[in-house]
Amino acid sequence: MTKKRNGLPRLPHLLGIEGLAPDTVSGLLDLSESYIGQNRSLDKRRDLLTGRTVINLFFENSTRTRTSFEVAAKRLGADVINMEVASSSVRKGETLLDTAMTLNAMLPDTLVVRHHESGAVNLLAQKMKCAVINAGDGQHEHPTQALLDALTIRRRRGKLEGLLVAICGDILHSRVARSNIHLLNIMGARVRVVGPPTLMPTDVDRMGVEVHFNMRTGLKDVDIVMMLRLQTERMQGTYVPSISEYFRFFGLDQEKLKVAKPDALIMHPGPMNRGVEIDSEVADDLDRSVIHEQVEMGVAVRMACLEALIGTRRNAPPDLTTGALL
Amino acid sequence: MSGEILRGLPQHVGSTAYINARIVDPAASAEYRGAVLISDGKIADFGPNLFASGAPYGIESVDCGGLCLAPGIVDLRVHTGEPGEEHKETLESAAIAAAAGGVTSFVLLPDNEPPFDDASLIEFVARRARQIRLANMHAYGALTVGLEGEQLAEMGLLAEAGALAFTDADRAVGSAQVMRRALYYAKAFDALIVHVPQEPTLSTGHMSSGEMATRLGLTGIPPLAEVMMVERDLRLVEMTGGRLHLSKISTAAAVEAIRAAKARGLKITCDTAPPYFALNDLAVGDYRTFGRLTPPLRAEADRAAIVAGLQDGTIDAIVSDHRPQDQDSKRVPFAQALPGGIGLETLLPVSLELVHNGALSLPRLMQCLAAAPASLMRLPAGRLAKGAPADLVLFDPDSAWKIDRAGMHSKTKNTPFDERPVQGRTMATIVGGRPIWRDARFTPAAAAA
Repeated sequence: MTKKRNGLPRLPHLLGIEGLAPDTVSGLLDLSESYIGQNRSLDKRRDLLTGRTVINLFFENSTRTRTSFEVAAKRLGADVINMEVASSSVRKGETLLDTAMTLNAMLPDTLVVRHHESGAVNLLAQKMKCAVINAGDGQHEHPTQALLDALTIRRRRGKLEGLLVAICGDILHSRVARSNIHLLNIMGARVRVVGPPTLMPTDVDRMGVEVHFNMRTGLKDVDIVMMLRLQTERMQGTYVPSISEYFRFFGLDQEKLKVAKPDALIMHPGPMNRGVEIDSEVADDLDRSVIHEQVEMGVAVRMACLEALIGTRRNAPPDLTTGALL
Repeated sequence: MSGEILRGLPQHVGSTAYINARIVDPAASAEYRGAVLISDGKIADFGPNLFASGAPYGIESVDCGGLCLAPGIVDLRVHTGEPGEEHKETLESAAIAAAAGGVTSFVLLPDNEPPFDDASLIEFVARRARQIRLANMHAYGALTVGLEGEQLAEMGLLAEAGALAFTDADRAVGSAQVMRRALYYAKAFDALIVHVPQEPTLSTGHMSSGEMATRLGLTGIPPLAEVMMVERDLRLVEMTGGRLHLSKISTAAAVEAIRAAKARGLKITCDTAPPYFALNDLAVGDYRTFGRLTPPLRAEADRAAIVAGLQDGTIDAIVSDHRPQDQDSKRVPFAQALPGGIGLETLLPVSLELVHNGALSLPRLMQCLAAAPASLMRLPAGRLAKGAPADLVLFDPDSAWKIDRAGMHSKTKNTPFDERPVQGRTMATIVGGRPIWRDARFTPAAAAA
């Protein structure tokens, strides 16, 4: 692996956080940090990726993640194409590899993929000749979300190591939880997962987390509270009896938050179900909620990921521009 | 595996002697240097002293060069795509794979399109077997109409047409009432019911639940789904006195439940398949869909318990669980992939690992692969006995090779054992005295005088 700026190793793809080295994670965070200023200035555009093509391929509806990737790529000067493939209109799976072949022929430089099945992005990456970024696959991983959460925390707390983080809610169906568990463990934070037993994956403790079934013990003395969206669309069968019961016992409100550290930060990957997993009063608490900051960091993180991956296209001719810039 | 299919040979008449062989006799639990004499397609004589002084004069003889000669494998779980999905496997391509794998008899699962819930389909299989003239092909009848687990299939008529036993293939019968009546009704025909015990409402996931499933974000199937169904079935057998064979046992808890039931005298039998004693859920690795099976690959502790179950006889038989799936069914995201793996050609070499690592003796392994399944189906095969059909497999237990899916004879290449180094190779397969497969490496010197 050749080293690039920030000591960042070249990544062929970004499919997940699992298996990344601590240096890679901090390298990506440092690189992200460098874009925050640019994004806040009047002239937001750089020419780093001029002439490069980024395709956003979304098999699952997502306005915010797709927009975030689109803004990130455009601010680096890339050409962006958005493809929304409504999963209902294609016969399941049938077109996935066909799609890969078709897109390969268009010679994109980076493919950003979201898919409703775990592992679908890994499968696609095996067939693509360009770099692939996982924008969320099924219940597996959502690496850029974990990176933007980490960047948000690091800027507020100055570090990740040693912090106590509670991830709360529907852990079972959450790729955000899995990516965050990996990242926080890699960076030396302590992780608790809090939620009803029916929404807790089997043997999740073996991923290096403490498991809590109630918010009172789960939130005790934590530095960070990450709430997850109750994924009502993934609920087949009965995981929780009702939304109101869920909110009563697992929804975050000021009362439950009392046991956390007084300056604990509140995070949510969005979109929020107010009154389901989070009370509006908490979500809009300007002193503690960093939910909007997460969205801002999302653009910076995605710019860093695009920069880190582009130019690593397999079989690509030696690329002097990228080499010079990075 | 390179070799040739020998289909043109006429029915075996006269006598052939297989001499200088390492005879593996599962029924006698013995192995010895000796010979087998075949006359008119049947075993005429065998033993350590037969032709001990040299090749017999005046009859054709084959020098086995010290290779193992055993009853041919009887495989109780083979699925093909004929009729319905001939692009995945035909009866003919399965028969060729069987011949290359040392399988001389196999029983076809009924979950085709249409399912074998009508006597005409059983007759269709028999007719195709006569045309193909390779391994002996038999068929299961469906246990319930359309394999839907609701209404009993016409067991009597199916049995009359030649169905050996009754099963809904990989689908478990969820209703205890239906299973109870099936076990009762089957008694009228002394019929055997074969069941894959998986509680259906707990088995809707994609792989065994546990750390691996959690990491991969795949929906888990708890191992509990198996033992719950096993225990239900054991109670129903106790109550009805029906004949039940549990297939593809994959968990430690189920082995323990069956062991206890056998200890208290319950008449019950069971089998497992190579993936469950040779692989664990790590084989699903980077979403490898060839590792998606029914039941799913389990944890390492379960795998070890399956080996122990084979060792102490709790598990009676080993089946290939051959289920071809094409690229369209496997080159998709894991959760959308269809379950199943091909197994006819890897059954013997992967099972021989149990012998090489000291878990089973060679006769005991052939008991699991040939004698036990044959006696369950009441077939005359699977044993060395005077007058028994001369269905034999000649194999080199030590020959080392690497499983390569491209070299498989099945139409589809979905083996969960791809690239696995193994020891053991089928050198020749003999059905009714007639050689149907000969490996390129096996060139016996013509010893006939």
